[in-house]
Amino acid sequence: MSSDDRLKPPPELRRIFWIWLVLSVIAVPLVVIFVGPALPPGSASDAAHGQQQDNTVMVAIVVPIMIGLLLYFIGSLIRFRSKDEVDGLTDGPATAGDPRVMVLWISVTFVIVLFLAAWGAYELFPGEDGAGGGLGSAPISVALPADASSALPVQVIGQQWTWTYRYPTYGGLETTELVLPVNQEVRFSVTSIDVIHSFWAINLAVKADAVPGTTNVAFVKPVREEASTIRCAELCGLWHGHMTSRLRVVSPAAFRVWIAHERAKWAPIQRYLPPYKPTYAPEPTYRG
Amino acid sequence: MSAAAIPAAGPVREPWWRGLGRFNVFTGIVLGIVGYVIGALVIGHVLSKGIPAMEETDQNDVEFVCGLLLGIIGFLVGMGFMNYPIARLSGAAPTLREKEEHGIARYFTLCTDHKVVGIQYLWGTLFFFLIAGLNAMLIRTQLLYPTEHFWSADNYITLVGLHGTMMMMMTTSMVLGPFGNYFVPVLIGAKRMAFPRIEALSFWLVPVAGIVLLSAVGAKGFPTGWTGYANLSVQAKLGMDCYLISFALIGISMALVGFNMLVTVYTMRAPGMTWTRLPIFVWAVIATAFLQLLAAPVLIAAMSLVLMDRVVGTTFFMPFSGGSPFLYENLFWFFGHPEVYILALPGFGLVLEILPVFTRKPLWGYRLAVAGLLGVALLSFFVWQHHLFVSGINPDLRPFFMFTTELISIPTAIVFLNAMGTLWGGKIRFTVPMLFALAFFFNFFIGGASGVFLSDAPSDVSTHGTFFVMAHFHYTIMGGLVFAFFGGLFYWFPKMFGVHLNERLGKLQFWFFFVFFNLTFFPLFAVGMLGQPRRVSAYAPSLQWLNDWVTASAYVLGFSFVIFVVNVFYSCFWQRRKPEPNPWHSKGIEWQLPTPIPVDNFARVPVINASPYEYGVPDAPLVANLNPTHAEVVTAGG
Repeated sequence: MSSDDRLKPPPELRRIFWIWLVLSVIAVPLVVIFVGPALPPGSASDAAHGQQQDNTVMVAIVVPIMIGLLLYFIGSLIRFRSKDEVDGLTDGPATAGDPRVMVLWISVTFVIVLFLAAWGAYELFPGEDGAGGGLGSAPISVALPADASSALPVQVIGQQWTWTYRYPTYGGLETTELVLPVNQEVRFSVTSIDVIHSFWAINLAVKADAVPGTTNVAFVKPVREEASTIRCAELCGLWHGHMTSRLRVVSPAAFRVWIAHERAKWAPIQRYLPPYKPTYAPEPTYRG
Repeated sequence: MSAAAIPAAGPVREPWWRGLGRFNVFTGIVLGIVGYVIGALVIGHVLSKGIPAMEETDQNDVEFVCGLLLGIIGFLVGMGFMNYPIARLSGAAPTLREKEEHGIARYFTLCTDHKVVGIQYLWGTLFFFLIAGLNAMLIRTQLLYPTEHFWSADNYITLVGLHGTMMMMMTTSMVLGPFGNYFVPVLIGAKRMAFPRIEALSFWLVPVAGIVLLSAVGAKGFPTGWTGYANLSVQAKLGMDCYLISFALIGISMALVGFNMLVTVYTMRAPGMTWTRLPIFVWAVIATAFLQLLAAPVLIAAMSLVLMDRVVGTTFFMPFSGGSPFLYENLFWFFGHPEVYILALPGFGLVLEILPVFTRKPLWGYRLAVAGLLGVALLSFFVWQHHLFVSGINPDLRPFFMFTTELISIPTAIVFLNAMGTLWGGKIRFTVPMLFALAFFFNFFIGGASGVFLSDAPSDVSTHGTFFVMAHFHYTIMGGLVFAFFGGLFYWFPKMFGVHLNERLGKLQFWFFFVFFNLTFFPLFAVGMLGQPRRVSAYAPSLQWLNDWVTASAYVLGFSFVIFVVNVFYSCFWQRRKPEPNPWHSKGIEWQLPTPIPVDNFARVPVINASPYEYGVPDAPLVANLNPTHAEVVTAGG
């Protein structure tokens, strides 16, 4: 093989490249236009929308890579399969590796990785979307959404095996159903009184671990009025699978009506509840 | 090269029951039971006296743990692990190895022949793999219905924990155990491992750990899955102690294996076996051994701390007494992420070892492959908090851990490049090992691509802790490691057992396995995305049809293993096709040796003259000169 030959990729490889290019150019817009909007977690909140965007970008990156790998593998398996028993035992060419291909390959993967990391980090900033994940007990200011100060605070208390919600701005009202006004920034403070749980509002795309003794803050702005499910996403013992709760996103007016009704309904027992606190420590027992 | 096996001089047979009295697995079991009784009913009973929380409940952790620990020590003593230290202390002369006679009995004793240990590992891990696989079938059976239908919630959660923990424990040694122990000394031209007794110990800890873990079923189970998060684990019932002790035992075993492999490869390579001639599988073993040596002690520490919380009343992980569940999460995942590469890396090495043989080309980019394997190993220590993106531990570090996690795709992509380069222009033969190796790349790509979604911190918010994660790591571990394992098993079975596994049944198993593996696990990505958390015994009714599909497909997947079992019996006892000395026409050094490989592997220290991948290289010498002259040994640097 002369050095001139080595400079050009072999014709089979060029053919694979062109097929790949055509298929990718067709596939990527299809993914972005048709698959993207159908991807979970939907668009019921700003966080869900942001994550859906993220998923779309990643599918759009993964699909061409997958097409390329499949084309290459299937193509070379067909092209280079041994014809018969004898052919299969003769040696192939002793090509030990081409540094230029290696550099190209590593550079391309590195660029993809850099882009993914930068894009993911950018999406973490609240800006328009925020990510909906737990931000710890004291989020730094850059992680806060713009309207954080006017956010509706809601405390989420996990315990084996149920969720309880408290609305500190409404006298520490305690409920077992989560009701939120639409288009209003919400500040969840998630905590637990026994073991680790994980508060997962599936449609809102919010997930924050509930860790005993600490709070985990998460911001979200629901943008669609709908009912959905809340589940526990961290194994918390026997009835982990049943640790569900209902979430309703309603209009602001309906929210005010609901909260007034709940306050009136639970007023007789409200005074026996412990006062609102960021975390609650149960009575100590020997085994904990 | 002598292909004919040296006929062993028939040893004088003694009645089989004579052997029962000596140190072997039976005396081990007897002393183990004695140890348990003494530990639980005497020592534990005395120690727990006066502690109301232990003594007056049906959950006396002190007695149970004392019993288990003393039972384990009793088993090891009964196996004969104390004989040598005691003999040395009483003035006996040092010996290198022991119990290397012929016969079936050596598989049930402390045997220091690395090939015996490899075969012990093979059947031992396969046995527990089978149990854990049956657990998976039972789990899927439960998920046929959206509410508890077949098992109660506590049985189900214990099944999940057993399946996960046992698979994690057994697959750590699934490649490194059988193939690492059997072939690493052979591949580097050594006569034994560096520490043969430690090697035997590292194996015998595995069945002990398996049995201890299974005994959790009789101790009311454990509710934590394989991650064993504190403080759920502190409040759990007795079975939790089984999980903690067995996982710690596996940690000890892992650290010992890693240490032993590293020392062996560093110090015992034959003359001429330079670092660049080392088979890529051995490089993968080195990378894995580093991980095992550095990560497993953290696991042992974490397990011990939880055990102390449970048994002696410390509060390392108790949030309202000054401890923190975060501490456990960090400790566990600092071990846990390297752990998944302890599983994956030997698989990389195996498929890269198989590809050159069946393309008849050198491994493309050998040095880059080595760099890739070591790069994965190094990076795997810097990513553990991606398991904790939504935990609230330190959200400001999410971009960093997202970046390091995504960086791992560079060294893994290198492994793909090696495969693609090796395929190009080759003479590809679609044998069973090759099919498994090729499927590895398909599955691992899907596993890796789904990993991109999980590494992305915003997207991980929705996918964390769901079936998406579960599908992801089954694609990497089952689709990756287990496929590589079967590739390696079909490839090396003729060498290990002198029997050629039936190709037709092998291909049947492969296609069932490959097709139904994908049909089982691909829909689980959707199941997770649509809102089904992991480890639940009840889920949204709207997801029932997807779950039923997965269950039905999982049954067929389970059936593919039946084909394998049939194949082994058919090939070994019915077909009995003696393989050619080198059935795959490989250049590997192991195929230069007679089958079965004699106890000492090499009659004389061999001299290595070439890398094992010099296909198509004109006038390439044989890899090993098995009968070198003194001058040749000296020139090679021996």
